[in-house]
Amino acid sequence: MTAVRVIGVGLLGPGLPDWATAQALLREPAAWQRQATVIPTPARLPPAERRRASNVVKASIAVADQALSACGLAASALPTVFTSSTGDPLNCHLLCEALATAERMVSPTRFTNSVHNAAAGYWHIAAQSRQPSTSLAAFDASFAAGLLEAAVQVLSTQAPVLLVACDVPYPQPLHALRPLDDVMAVAMVLAPAASAGRSLHIEVTHDDAPITRCADSAFEALRTGLPAARALPLLHALMAGAAGTVVLEGLPGSALAVQVS
Amino acid sequence: MKPLAVSHYTLVTALGHGRDATLAALRDGRTGLAPRPFETAQVETWLGVVEQADSIALSAELASFDCRNNRLAELGLRADGFGHAARAAAARWGAHRVGVFLGTSTSGILQTEVAYRERDASSGALPAWLHYGHTHNTYSVSAYVRAALGLRGPAHVVSTACSSSAKVFAAAARMIEAGIVDAAVVGGVDSLCMTTLYGFASLELLSPQICRPWDTERNGLSLGEAAAFALLERQCDVPRAWLLGAGESSDGHHMSSPHPQGAGAAQAMRAALGQAGLQPGDVDYLNLHGTGTPGNDAAEDLAVCAVFGDELPCSSTKGHTGHTLGAAGGVEAAISMLALAHGVIPAGLNVRTPDPALKAKYMRESRQHEMRVVASNSFGFGGSNACLIFGEAA
Repeated sequence: MTAVRVIGVGLLGPGLPDWATAQALLREPAAWQRQATVIPTPARLPPAERRRASNVVKASIAVADQALSACGLAASALPTVFTSSTGDPLNCHLLCEALATAERMVSPTRFTNSVHNAAAGYWHIAAQSRQPSTSLAAFDASFAAGLLEAAVQVLSTQAPVLLVACDVPYPQPLHALRPLDDVMAVAMVLAPAASAGRSLHIEVTHDDAPITRCADSAFEALRTGLPAARALPLLHALMAGAAGTVVLEGLPGSALAVQVS
Repeated sequence: MKPLAVSHYTLVTALGHGRDATLAALRDGRTGLAPRPFETAQVETWLGVVEQADSIALSAELASFDCRNNRLAELGLRADGFGHAARAAAARWGAHRVGVFLGTSTSGILQTEVAYRERDASSGALPAWLHYGHTHNTYSVSAYVRAALGLRGPAHVVSTACSSSAKVFAAAARMIEAGIVDAAVVGGVDSLCMTTLYGFASLELLSPQICRPWDTERNGLSLGEAAAFALLERQCDVPRAWLLGAGESSDGHHMSSPHPQGAGAAQAMRAALGQAGLQPGDVDYLNLHGTGTPGNDAAEDLAVCAVFGDELPCSSTKGHTGHTLGAAGGVEAAISMLALAHGVIPAGLNVRTPDPALKAKYMRESRQHEMRVVASNSFGFGGSNACLIFGEAA
């Protein structure tokens, strides 16, 4: 069992502009009006990077900044774990389109932005941070994979780690093969067990324990609609302020049981 | 960190299949690069192609994973009996106690690149044969390996460009230390595709000739493809090597250019030494990232000299294999362990005129040399840096 504290949270999603608003809506789901996610342009990015930054970069930075302002830690001081099922889907589509033409004219910026760790790269440039960073993917289990990796890093270094999960939908024609509902991003600053904050005891389950669903049907549709939203039951437990255990969707045979207290 | 046993490892590159073929090529100073065509690419360059990736068949029940990247992975699992060793580890520890942490940069995107040429003229739809999740998606190679080996433990893909499959060693070591798993399959798989061929060409980082790391006239990298795997275990009676340290850092400088003084790279090397509890002088050989682009080699040289001074024998083996991108960290970890086990310092190939501006002790001839500790550097786009340190088995 891995025990860590959550000392900061950030959230951006459809009709969910930030974690403060989202907490109120998770408490009163009837008040939630699902609207397309509005992605702010991060002031943190230098102008050159701001011009080149895509939605996955902007949304990731928006939630990371929320989580950091909640805990008051400096961006430059935190190792990071970024997790995403798809990376930057529009960029990928435009590259594949260009490569399907006779000329195959590829823009250097588009190629540079095609790496899965683009969000992490832009973040560390903006934060002027040389702290370690990793970028993960585990398809629909990407959030659980990122949470486990970040918690294990906290255990290993006994220092806080910033976790950022973000998914952005593909345009057509890839959308038909990998339909994701909208943009959603979740950030958490995890800290050693001795810190203040809500406590997470994380365990990998092997018994195919039932996944915790959202009680509200609209939030449940969001949860299953894109990988970063698989965090919603955990976010709900963090918001509710009560002790409880949630089972987060992981890979077949290895979900994550998270005891929140 | 507590030394972690590497119980098995293998690699498949343009040099050949498995450790023996690779070792022979390293001893002989033979390159796997050739000026040859790949798929429909019209790019003047040299490539490190793994021929059998065209033809090997996946098992019928895993046919939905069929793509060049997962075929390369399958070749890797078959080399040196790696798949048998991983299944034996699963029998020993329990399938749910063995993790899979692999690196890739472009995964099976070649499938989607080809599919985009076959879009329906009226609807724009992709052809029905494209299985996005099992091929193109970044996670697909770990999904394939986990399924092929019947493993049930935690798994993910690390995709931090060209440091990906070095960083998985660090991730697995942490998971084992934390008691999440008892063993892990780590490594990397990356296959040639149009994205990287045309992408590196667009950045003017692809050499039209064979890559020449550390040469005055170096003008870019040569691309290769590879699969490399290692099995890390909490306990092992006869380890092949020990993972002693895994240092990671970010540049925080630029998306596609390294920090000009190699500050982030130096930080990763120092972190690896710190984890291993070693002094710079304890390291006997360093496998450089050494891509052969003017800027990368210059920055790495400064970083290496800042940390190790200018007497540490080092070389880049990208002149043998090409730059295998997301697989490079795993490939060069395997090459470093081979060098350690057999006392061979591999030559850095294709140097005609050593760059006098580069001060590290770059080895142009392979050499027999008893070694106890070796290190391997891997750096990637986004300013992602990693350095691994391995110790001899005895």
